[in-house]
Amino acid sequence: MNRALAIIERDLRKFFRSPTLLIVTLVLPLVQLVVLGNAFGGNIRNVKLGVVTLDRGPETVPLLRKLDAIAANARTFVPIAYSGQGRAMAALKAGRLGAVLIIPPHYSRNLLLKLNPRVGLIVDNTDRSLSGAVEAAFNNIAQQMNQPFQPARVADLEPPYVRIATVELYPYIPYMQYLLPGSVTLALFVTAMIGGGIVFIDDKSRGLHEGYLVTPITKFELVSGFVASGVVKAIASGLTVLILGGIISGIQDLFNPLRLLFLLLMTVVGALALISMMFLLMARVSDPLVPRAIFGVLNTLLFFPSGAVYPIEGFPPWMRVLARVDPFTYAVHGYRALLLKQVALAPIGRDLLVLCVTTALMLAGASWAFKRSL
Amino acid sequence: MSEISRKPPHESAGIEVRHICKRFGSLAAVDDISFEVKPGEIFGLLGPNGAGKSTLIRILTTLIDPTSGTATVAGHDIVQAPYAVREAIGVIPQNMTSDPDLTCEENLTIHARLYGMSGARRKTLARQLLESVNLGKWGKAYARTLSGGMRRRLEIARGLIHQPRILFLDEPTTGLDPVSRMSVWEMISHLRDQQGLTLFLTTHYMDEADRLCDRLAIVDRGKIVVLNSPAALKTTVPGASVLETQLAPDLPGGAAELETLPGVHRVQKQGEAIYRIFSDHGPNAAEALMELARRSGIEIKTLSIQSTTLDDVFLHFTGRGLHEADAVPARGGMGRTAPF
Ligand SMILES: Nc1ncnc2c1ncn2[C@@H]1O[C@H](COP(=O)(O)OP(=O)(O)O)[C@@H](O)[C@H]1O
Ligand SMILES: [Mg+2]
Repeated sequence: MNRALAIIERDLRKFFRSPTLLIVTLVLPLVQLVVLGNAFGGNIRNVKLGVVTLDRGPETVPLLRKLDAIAANARTFVPIAYSGQGRAMAALKAGRLGAVLIIPPHYSRNLLLKLNPRVGLIVDNTDRSLSGAVEAAFNNIAQQMNQPFQPARVADLEPPYVRIATVELYPYIPYMQYLLPGSVTLALFVTAMIGGGIVFIDDKSRGLHEGYLVTPITKFELVSGFVASGVVKAIASGLTVLILGGIISGIQDLFNPLRLLFLLLMTVVGALALISMMFLLMARVSDPLVPRAIFGVLNTLLFFPSGAVYPIEGFPPWMRVLARVDPFTYAVHGYRALLLKQVALAPIGRDLLVLCVTTALMLAGASWAFKRSL
Repeated sequence: MSEISRKPPHESAGIEVRHICKRFGSLAAVDDISFEVKPGEIFGLLGPNGAGKSTLIRILTTLIDPTSGTATVAGHDIVQAPYAVREAIGVIPQNMTSDPDLTCEENLTIHARLYGMSGARRKTLARQLLESVNLGKWGKAYARTLSGGMRRRLEIARGLIHQPRILFLDEPTTGLDPVSRMSVWEMISHLRDQQGLTLFLTTHYMDEADRLCDRLAIVDRGKIVVLNSPAALKTTVPGASVLETQLAPDLPGGAAELETLPGVHRVQKQGEAIYRIFSDHGPNAAEALMELARRSGIEIKTLSIQSTTLDDVFLHFTGRGLHEADAVPARGGMGRTAPF
């Protein structure tokens, strides 16, 4: 076993001596965290809403007041009054407006006559996030207005209504924080891919492994040496992204010692799973192009289905299957539980178990596939 | 290197090769090779690129298995007891396998660790070995900053770190400048003379084989063509000494006329009135040539007598010159490119 230390010593000396590899493994996850984190998931604001009022009756007033309330508070849209339907529609088609609200003639009269008048909302649905936000705001208004009509004079006799009040279990989570678990997992993956894949195969093709193979080192010592040095490197960059990313995205109480301890545990187990997966993939490869070629594909195939950027519940069935077999999924889930929810072992127990089993299977496969010869 | 204590040359520090074959698909890279290397000798394989030298070294150093045949190295079977073989041998592969991003000392200590050596011992041994290959001042220098010859010497030191009984060197001077080659040669002779190591080396330079090896196997296309000491090999070629001469004007009878001289076996016309004359005895042939020139009224502009080279031996046994034979597409073994 002592001999495996030779491989660990060599790899780690090189890794910590030249910061290039460490920096390279940090750049992608941190850039993604900051850019994706700010590009997605912000609340939609200031959509330009053309308002065309063709009714001069009294009931338009509460409606317009509700629009103003949204414009002033949630700021989903900015109402802009248009005098005619034609001009508003032209502006919508030209892209100067995001939506047009048309209050039809006789709206007030029909409302009072209980004729269920219709208010027209025309949205530019080429952008679904945008139109979705506007529609959601109007559904909200409509729901409020459709509550049973109460004559003003009996308002004090208002019966107890049942209302749905949403309780948010955790404080409001900015998207960057939602993304952080994925970025940390990505850091583990990039280190596994570069250190365990690209550099490993380059060393092999330069003949450096030949220098190992002529010595009495056993296959088991070789494999454990490569895996152990890979895991240490991955932990180094994973923890760096965790701390830097945690500070950038403003995770609360990041430095809680128990949380750090669990995060370390998660990182060790996640690094083991990803390194041994990489080692299994690379056990028989000798062409230095192979790890470079599969880097991008593997990144897409593991990162996006893992729920790192979008909830798995929104995936089509085949991708949910992919998510289930993707070790990323469990790492992301575990990190998310620890970073955004509570610090406890129970919510991450399954993740740790799955990752440990993955490691065992992948390592067994890798040792079997690895040949201690040229 | 005398300050390093070394095990006495062991009785079993030899090599026995019996009918070793290695096929890559339909190509027989090593084709039924048998020979013996005695403890304490420098044994060489001389052959052109692609002859199968590296493949044979890889088999003997347990890097690849033979397709058929058996071999023992230091008394251990290479297939049955590869770990015992690995303990007993040091290997300097054809491609540099020292790590350019580590210092010379680290290259040695980490290699020592692969043999399970303790920390303190690794450090002292590394220092002594660097000193002995004249790299004592370079312990803290990165291997990538060394010249080709220094790098090769570092690799030799690395191959010696566990005090092996047999050292394998695959083309130890290929790609080196003349001065570096000399320093590597000195080191190799020194190892045998002072340490009693058995050395097994391959080369495609005939001067290297001639100068270093006690015995030599000439290999071509996976087979041993002939095996003997360099001196004995050269005497096996008829016309063991060579006259090179330039005449003015040319002999009317040309090469055919020269071949009638006593003791001359063969004449090669090298250029306009320039000849290579192969004879049994150089001085006699030279005298006969001068006599002929005098009779024919021809001036001998230059005349030199050389003994046969291993190149002539190779030519004699294979019908091709050593470097024409390189025409076999030379893959740097295992399809990798040499780092220089
Ligand atoms: N791993 C391999 N796969 C296929 N062919 C190989 C392999 N290694 C060597 N060869 C072939 O075997 C022959 C002998 O190669 P090698 O032993 O490297 O020659 P040398 O060292 O004498 O130059 C060459 O034709 C080479 O292309
Ligand atoms: Mg070779």
